[in-house]
Amino acid sequence: MSACLSTERISKSFLGNRVLDAIDFELRAGEIHALMGENGAGKSTLIKILTGVYQADSGAILRDGKPVVIGSPADAVAHGISTVYQEVNVLPNLTVGENICIRREPRGPFGIRWKQLNERAATALDRVGLNLDPQTPIRSCSIAVQQMVAIARALDISAKILVLDEPTSSLDEKEVRRLFDLMERLKEEGLGIIFVTHFLDQVYETSGRITVLRNGVRAGTWTTQELGREALINQMLGREGQSLASEAKPVTPKAGRTVVSTHGLGRKGSVNNISLEITKGEVVGLAGLLGSGRTESAHLIYGIDAATTGSLTLDGKPVDRPTPKSQMRRGIGYCSEDRKAEGILPELSVRENIILALQAKRGWLRRIDTATQTKIGEQYIKSLNIRPPDLDRPISLLSGGNQQKVLLARWLAADPELLILDEPTRGIDIGAKVEILEMIKRLQAEGMAFLFISSELAETVSVANRVLVLRDRSVVAELTGEQISEAEIVRSIAGSE
Amino acid sequence: MKRDLPSWAWALAAFVLLLLFNLAFTPGFAHVEIRDGRLFGSLVDVANRAAPTLLLAIGMTLVIGTGGVDLSVGAVMAIAGTVAACLVARPTNCPLNAIPTGKSVPAVAGFAGLAGLLCGLFNGFLVAVVEIQPIVATLLLMVAGRGVAQLLSSGQIITFDSPQLAFVGSGSLLYLPTPVWISLSVLLLVAVLARRTAFGLFVEATGSNLVAARFAGIDSRGIKLIVYAVSGVCAAIAGLIVAADIKAADANNAGLYMELDAILAVSVGGTALTGGRFSLVGTLLGALLMQSVTTTILTRGVAPEIALIVKSAIVVVVCVLQSSVVQSEIARRRMARGAA
Repeated sequence: MSACLSTERISKSFLGNRVLDAIDFELRAGEIHALMGENGAGKSTLIKILTGVYQADSGAILRDGKPVVIGSPADAVAHGISTVYQEVNVLPNLTVGENICIRREPRGPFGIRWKQLNERAATALDRVGLNLDPQTPIRSCSIAVQQMVAIARALDISAKILVLDEPTSSLDEKEVRRLFDLMERLKEEGLGIIFVTHFLDQVYETSGRITVLRNGVRAGTWTTQELGREALINQMLGREGQSLASEAKPVTPKAGRTVVSTHGLGRKGSVNNISLEITKGEVVGLAGLLGSGRTESAHLIYGIDAATTGSLTLDGKPVDRPTPKSQMRRGIGYCSEDRKAEGILPELSVRENIILALQAKRGWLRRIDTATQTKIGEQYIKSLNIRPPDLDRPISLLSGGNQQKVLLARWLAADPELLILDEPTRGIDIGAKVEILEMIKRLQAEGMAFLFISSELAETVSVANRVLVLRDRSVVAELTGEQISEAEIVRSIAGSE
Repeated sequence: MKRDLPSWAWALAAFVLLLLFNLAFTPGFAHVEIRDGRLFGSLVDVANRAAPTLLLAIGMTLVIGTGGVDLSVGAVMAIAGTVAACLVARPTNCPLNAIPTGKSVPAVAGFAGLAGLLCGLFNGFLVAVVEIQPIVATLLLMVAGRGVAQLLSSGQIITFDSPQLAFVGSGSLLYLPTPVWISLSVLLLVAVLARRTAFGLFVEATGSNLVAARFAGIDSRGIKLIVYAVSGVCAAIAGLIVAADIKAADANNAGLYMELDAILAVSVGGTALTGGRFSLVGTLLGALLMQSVTTTILTRGVAPEIALIVKSAIVVVVCVLQSSVVQSEIARRRMARGAA
């Protein structure tokens, strides 16, 4: 097999920080090549260079052995390189078909040929196995479907090289399966696929070779057979890895008072009949497939959406018409799953992003003075290992995983009684995942309660004292103690006894 | 690592360059003399004439910080000026005659400010509560506001003779014109409000990511309401100064197109119109830069029609210099030089 895309000694710096150092990388036609590394290892930067978003400071890119200049995303497309990014990038106000064909609309004497466009889009959707009317507005689709549409768009460009940056982070198991089938098929067709993910299982299931980046340097390239899991983790971490599936059992909380309880909480068209109770120092997991109503339940408790049925009680007092502001002041925090749209303040500094919730809690009159801000910020930079450790850098210049840590710091600084964590480990590396799970246990011992929402069952199992399983927007099971295991959760989700 | 330049660096550079140019080539520019207990000269003139624009731009900075814009400030100036003139001159058939202020200037100014506050709250209500796009919401009052002012003045230019009120526009205090004192006091007040409390952070959070701000427990609706109210009051003060200066209120022409000057001053000062980060220092420099361009052109005898073109040219240059494209290019070259 020949290399269809390769780089020679690619280097890149941002504001004096070298993020890529002389990277040699080779992708062959007809292979799925996993690109692995911790947050800030340089994966995203390398991909952005290959797709024309950034330009390398030095080094060369070769396409089928010939040097090429990829000066813009349009250049990349012209060279047959298409990308589906980690954060779904679709134009929400357009239809599915328009999103697929945008900038390559079939045109006639009277402008766009809509019929032809929709037919072409339907073909592209068919190829990714989506049965969807191309005229559906894309904003009404779930994130998972939007992701599939983004892949359909990439395919419609008749790409030879497909870059999938964390494509599975928003997909449920069935959709992941469908994506893998699709990737397999495209591989057979001779496409080269670069696959970036944090899910180790998926790497071993799909990819033929693995390249590991560490701190901007290539640690090596191996075939998947020769690099075992432990070895892969060690390469990524650059040290002897710690055991992945945190063997430690969840901390058992002391019997405490009830922080929050809901009875039959629901909202028309969203979720039905959510009843739960969380006591001080307890971690309650919400498990279920994507779209089962996990996030929607959190939204009702945090007052983002108004409940139409049921009741919500905080500290024994009934809460009427909650809003995020009122819920936050009552001691609840909500760390959203969508950090780009609902989390970060991109122009503002890491410092300001960290103190935001605490400041909102204190009100605008009692400003946190700069010295205290620095103290709080430095404390979290240290305890969460935020990179680079610069409080005054705009958060938009940090890698996704570090942005996530800043958002966690924001909520920890506000010191809530109950913190709702919605996919807190999405898109962050293993080292940081372990850190975050350890941190939850530490804070739990100090009496903080958590509502923990995660697609990774292993994580839920390792921290939760109780797990509520959601299916089709209702609670279908509650697991406690010894009942909590991945197998049991899956059984409850599947609905088999 | 070198710290980035502040966002207002280019406005400062342009302002300083313009001053140096004038000091070198415009005869008598640096000349300042004391007459009747007050300073006279081109430099004082720049500060004095920049005052109304600066006042508008202060409120505009907060509004733009939340990601909005207030197009109605020019019309609000006309309303506030007309309210003040009517209360002092008491023309027959004026609906405001029912208000018993006498000739008390603080009371008259208070009512003019109240008019601005109500206008601002109206804008804020449309933007924050009804969630109409700011450009449309404030366009309403931009158009209708002059109509309101004309209704109050029955379409007449209302002249008045009140030395106390005239003092607001053309008087002086401790050697400096009153408008300079007023505008700088408002600037200081708003700066303290924005930076000594967390209000500025909440404004920036609202403009940077509305959903994230709401989820973090910030009452973005209230914040928006307040910034439009502040903008309305600032516009009323500017309207009062302009009316007091010419001892008349002209509902048709007072503050005409000044909303555009204010937006330019904010923009030149390095505050992005997309919201998020704002800089009051930048706004001060922006307003001074805009006025010194005008003053330079006038004192050098350039025809007024060319003056407008030169003014836009300078704005374009400053905006291009602070654009993200040029900024990243500069950063890249600085790095390349540092590495070499």
